[in-house]
Amino acid sequence: MDDRRPFTFYLLAGLMALFLLFLYGPMVIIYVLSFQGPDGGVTFPMVGLSTKWFGDILRPGQMADIPASFGRSLLLAALVSVLTVVLSVAAGLGFRRRFPGAGLLFYVAIASLVMPSLLVGFGISLGFQMLGLEQGLFTSALGAQLTWTLPFGLLTMFAVVARFNRSYEEAATDLGANAWQRLRYVTVPILLPGIIGVGIGAFTLSYDEYARTTLTIGSHNTLPLEIYALIASDSTPVLFAIGTVTTVVSFTLIGLTLAVVLRLQRRRSMRMA
Amino acid sequence: MMQASGTHALELVVDGRPRARVGLPAWAVSWLQVAPVAVVLAVLFVAPTVLFLVVSFFDYDRVGMYPAFMLDNYVEVFTTPATLRIYLSSLRFALIVWATTLFLGFSIAQFLVFHVRTARMRMLLFLACAIPFWTSGIIRTIAWIPFLGRNGAFNTMLLDLRIIDTPLEFLLFSDFSVIITYVHLYTLLMIGPIANSLSKIDKALIEAARDAGASRFQTLFWVIIPLARTGIVLGSILVFTQVIGDYFVVKRMSGGQSASIVSALSTEIQAMQFPPASANAVVLVAFVAVLVAGMMRIVDVRKELVS
Repeated sequence: MDDRRPFTFYLLAGLMALFLLFLYGPMVIIYVLSFQGPDGGVTFPMVGLSTKWFGDILRPGQMADIPASFGRSLLLAALVSVLTVVLSVAAGLGFRRRFPGAGLLFYVAIASLVMPSLLVGFGISLGFQMLGLEQGLFTSALGAQLTWTLPFGLLTMFAVVARFNRSYEEAATDLGANAWQRLRYVTVPILLPGIIGVGIGAFTLSYDEYARTTLTIGSHNTLPLEIYALIASDSTPVLFAIGTVTTVVSFTLIGLTLAVVLRLQRRRSMRMA
Repeated sequence: MMQASGTHALELVVDGRPRARVGLPAWAVSWLQVAPVAVVLAVLFVAPTVLFLVVSFFDYDRVGMYPAFMLDNYVEVFTTPATLRIYLSSLRFALIVWATTLFLGFSIAQFLVFHVRTARMRMLLFLACAIPFWTSGIIRTIAWIPFLGRNGAFNTMLLDLRIIDTPLEFLLFSDFSVIITYVHLYTLLMIGPIANSLSKIDKALIEAARDAGASRFQTLFWVIIPLARTGIVLGSILVFTQVIGDYFVVKRMSGGQSASIVSALSTEIQAMQFPPASANAVVLVAFVAVLVAGMMRIVDVRKELVS
């Protein structure tokens, strides 16, 4: 076979490079600007270098309390992540068989995913008001976020389960494993990289979510909502500093996950060998 | 570990426990497994949607709302000239962004699947595209401000290179910046599903098309694109609904010049005018539902995803 690259390769490679530049360029600019000197503004030029703006994040300001909202966001994201993993893994396994109502549930999940986010929050807050319930982080906001992370988790599980060879489960049953042992020692370990993917996906979706949370949060904001409020009132590089910090948090999580998944895969391939 | 699970199995055989001791039929087991998700979605998605459908017929005044069955809220939605203008403006944004992300997403997915030769490189490039998606949308939106502004990085660069004499004004707080931000936020929603579809195509089909004399262009249009239609439709649904449902990017990046359907709606919600807001919400949901159902007619998304 001809091993030369076709001209379309160079065309598409160029496009890919431009796209990556487009993707990362603006973000790199705000990371750089977050180290703006104390007298500098929100655009170039840089007036010296400082970490003043990072210090300002920690100071509970008039406008926003970033550290407290950061804590709330992490807590909520952890809870959303655990619930999404447990519920969508169970449902993903359930969808492998035909059952009455499967189509309906599938389309409800898709609808929940494509529904304009603010409307989901609006409906939930309306319900809480009419029932006379107080909205809060672990009630209405948690619920609103689950309508977003569960369909995502379910779709991911469809892809994960599609690659799963059921004969491993049959073999386990033939060897005398009961349902729990089969799940614990066979199904879950094989699906683990995908399950971790669902967990980390749900965590980051929750951690960055604002459209579904804004009407359902009650009185104490999560970090994205605090940032949202700050954008309207603040025009100093402190916004960029917050952006840098939240990006570092996301990247750390992604890095940790990748490391764990790669380790799992390596261990598995060593065991196979 | 291996040892332990081995003895487990052995014990069970010695116990002589029957293999299938659960008497439940298979579909009932599935029901139990999907029940938690079904309950959560019923309570937190279906019920609230039904609720604002009901409230959209309510009467209201400045102090509260009153159960009723009246169509006034809908009459108001359909007789306000702003409604049509906002829908057309959102639709225009959605179409431009859809076309742009489709072109970019398809080209990049094609590059990743057909042109990159090693799996490791493919993974690396795909991650490079995906990672920004896992970071804050708000931050990625405002990241464009210091880049596109009057004294922003892009203008400064062009001025330094003497390509322009005066800073370009149309870059920020305009339709242009809104579209750029949408493309930046949502192109991955195209790349993912399309790459997934492309990677399922049997390479032999493409070679067969070439052998039968098809040009590169003909192969693309008559073989690759039809086979990738699930990914194209799925990506299109995601991008379309994200743009239609947005209220933050338009508000932030148009400099107050454009409104979106949802940003108009959120103004009503803030004014506590729940019945007219609900009527608007119902109209929007119907609009999105028709769009999505129309796109889903092209392919059976469920069949492609679940099996």
